[in-house]
Amino acid sequence: MQDTPNIRVKSAGHENGVKNMRDVAIIGVKNTKFGELWGKSLRDIVVEAGAGALADAGVGGKEIDALYVGNMSGGRFIDQEHIGALIADYSGLSKNLHVPATRVEAACASGGLALRQAIMAVASGYNDIVIAAGAEKMTDVGSEEASSALAAAADREWEGMAGATFPGIYAMIARLHMHRYGTTSEQLAEVAVKNHKNGSLNPIAQYKNKITVDDVLKSIMVADPLHIFDCSPITDGASALVLAPADIAHKYTDTPIYIKATAQASDTIALHDRRDITTLDATVVAAKRAYSMAKLRPEDIDLVEVHDCFTIAEICAIEDLGFAEKGKGGIVTANGETAIGGRIPVNTSGGLKACGHPVGATGIKQAVEIVTQLRGEAGKRQVEGAEYGMTHNVGGSGATAVVHIFSRER
Amino acid sequence: MSSVPRFWRSLGSRYNLEGTRCKECGEHFYPPRNFCVNCRRVGHIEPYRFKGTGEIISYTVIHTAAEGFEDLAPYTLAIIQLDEGPRLTSQVIGDPEKIHIGMRVRSVFRKLGEDGEGGMIYYGTKFVPEDA
Amino acid sequence: MTIGIVSYGAYVPRYRIKVEEIARVWGDNADALKSGLMVYEKSVPDIDEDAATIAVEAARYAMARSGADPERIGAVYTGSESHPYAVKPTSTIVAQAIGATPNMTAADFEFACKAGTAAVQACMGLVSSGMIDLGMAIGADVSQGAPGDALEYTAAAGGVACLIGRNESEIAAIIEDTYSFTTDTPDFWRREGMPYPEHGGRFTGEPGYFKHVTNGAKGLMEKLGTKPTDYDYAVFHQPNGKFPTKAAKTLGFTRAQIAPGLVVPKIGNTYSGSCLMGIAATLDQAKPGDRIFATAFGSGAGSDAFSITVTDRIEEIRNRAPTVSELIKNPVYIDYARYAKHKGKIRRS
Repeated sequence: MQDTPNIRVKSAGHENGVKNMRDVAIIGVKNTKFGELWGKSLRDIVVEAGAGALADAGVGGKEIDALYVGNMSGGRFIDQEHIGALIADYSGLSKNLHVPATRVEAACASGGLALRQAIMAVASGYNDIVIAAGAEKMTDVGSEEASSALAAAADREWEGMAGATFPGIYAMIARLHMHRYGTTSEQLAEVAVKNHKNGSLNPIAQYKNKITVDDVLKSIMVADPLHIFDCSPITDGASALVLAPADIAHKYTDTPIYIKATAQASDTIALHDRRDITTLDATVVAAKRAYSMAKLRPEDIDLVEVHDCFTIAEICAIEDLGFAEKGKGGIVTANGETAIGGRIPVNTSGGLKACGHPVGATGIKQAVEIVTQLRGEAGKRQVEGAEYGMTHNVGGSGATAVVHIFSRER
Repeated sequence: MSSVPRFWRSLGSRYNLEGTRCKECGEHFYPPRNFCVNCRRVGHIEPYRFKGTGEIISYTVIHTAAEGFEDLAPYTLAIIQLDEGPRLTSQVIGDPEKIHIGMRVRSVFRKLGEDGEGGMIYYGTKFVPEDA
Repeated sequence: MTIGIVSYGAYVPRYRIKVEEIARVWGDNADALKSGLMVYEKSVPDIDEDAATIAVEAARYAMARSGADPERIGAVYTGSESHPYAVKPTSTIVAQAIGATPNMTAADFEFACKAGTAAVQACMGLVSSGMIDLGMAIGADVSQGAPGDALEYTAAAGGVACLIGRNESEIAAIIEDTYSFTTDTPDFWRREGMPYPEHGGRFTGEPGYFKHVTNGAKGLMEKLGTKPTDYDYAVFHQPNGKFPTKAAKTLGFTRAQIAPGLVVPKIGNTYSGSCLMGIAATLDQAKPGDRIFATAFGSGAGSDAFSITVTDRIEEIRNRAPTVSELIKNPVYIDYARYAKHKGKIRRS
């Protein structure tokens, strides 16, 4: 087994500066409330997010050139496909304006990938004003059906048929991480505790209650060693961003936030086929590609939204993104280094755990949080003087990873 | 998981651990792959039947069962490395207290699931401790 | 020509429930039951085991013992009264799982507890006629006893596979001859779709088991001109420990002759696997030249009797797969609630 992943930086095409690509900025953002939104349908929440982002940007429907929306499983949750068309329709963008609309799917990385597609559309010059949105309506089915739909992010034939659940797959990552590096259940719990503390400061978070390590360890075991409080919840929610070429961003907002890097990487779909079960190579590679494109290093990043679908996922993420040595993610967390005010605040939004995880929306919500922070508008969650922020969005157990870096200055 | 043709296609793999290997680079694949991930177009794939012995790389005890597996809960799920190299995900039957990383296991024939009372029964391979 | 058992394999699930535990739930007298039945505990299948998985494990052990090429197998017949499907054969699942497909025939057998030996006889016919080279005959069951019924104490799970052939150098136990005694006798039955069987109580004794076992055994010995003292071992169908002990005595066989094959006290009645399990346990320790007399019984009703002579080859093959005593040595005991869950006796939705 190799010690390090194969990094084909060439395929990113970005390390020498992208040829003829324009800089891209975010000029508007909006999150709906995240939670069990019984009274709202998928259409309702997407329109709310989209209209909100446009209002934030001061942009009218007629100016929209394209729409990219991340949605993992409209089919399983609400029996609906053709989500791009549906959302364009209900956003008033299809009947008269005929705006091109594309649904993007990469399991839990659908949102991050929708953002990437939108960035490429603007950077390439094909489009000027583009909406990147994400939405998921998960509570119209029972929780067993929802869990089953989520498990479709794994390898159905060779993990699903064996009785694997999503928590079960991440639990095997946790078990080996603990065996090899000495990571403890308490350290995993600290991730949830921190994220709930951050969530308590986030008006849109699904969970605003603070919890203790004891609460986590006493909660029921879902898949040993992951307790229910180690797992992100089932959530309804939508988020949207408005993107524009950096050159014209100032026409719309005093605080455009710039995209310094967009990067993506894939890895085997089944956990058992990975080079190293405790490392998400897709994250490592996407991060390296992003740092290379932005000409930055981990030390330059002021805050990061990582994909904490389970507490172990955050531990691996901070290691694989370069914020902690491999195996030390638990210690770094327990030391408070990832708290607001710490060396590298992680998941100031509350993460997937406390803010909630409407699957398709998460990648966009992460970007909304970073933009809000870099604008200085994060209120009680504010990371002082933040210049550079990063988002990290993962599909399945690590088969897709999408990393973005944002900056306050161009 | 209700698909007769899909299950039937993988019958040999599930019952008898039939996989493939690439004659060019010597890598073994289970589940079978028709396309060598190393050699791609210049690979030369042939059938290969695995012995069914291996060791546990990692495992978990699942309490909240996957849909259709409720009767088995709690059950142990593991990533097992077959002696020939490839890894797979499977249940390990036996006392969870005794299961550990590095434990040697061997394959047995069990029911994987069924499509409800009237539907197809899916059979396949699970693992037990080697000395069971 | 000589035909016989080229190889054999057995499988018994590892869970057990004790007679006391079942008696506790239904308010029965455990001691009386244990001495009356000569059964102390019975095997219980795991939740993901059924007659097909048991048949496969037994057949795979038989193949491991023999080392024969599965493509030589021309027929697979599985006898059971708990086939997983009412329509769709268990035998094709087994055939696929041992690599015998596709150049072969297959079908499933049912004749209460003698479906396995009926399968043996069918294989004997196909092999001796030259129609096939090797035949696999299996008796496997996860039999059900109605809750609170007497049969619940003994209805167990297990299976045995026999590979039948005619190549003298391969045969481990020659089957010199077989004889069957069959009548239409409704001593025990289960209607299609019903979860549990019904039976005639004491009627299953004399008019059922004893009449057919005695006539079957006598018929074979008459045909061959043999008597009980010509045999080293005897195996009778074992629905409990009492019946085969009494049948042996009636026919003139001794307790010592039936002892190695009498496994029912520890694992219960494996139905289609029952007589074959006794034969397997006997072969596990028999010496070359030993002679075994076996009589299976199936309700409905009929008996299949076999006269068997062990060859030198038994010593070569015996230890290539687990013996019956190795298979049953580390049981896991469960309570009635768990047993009921395993046997699907708890209605879910």
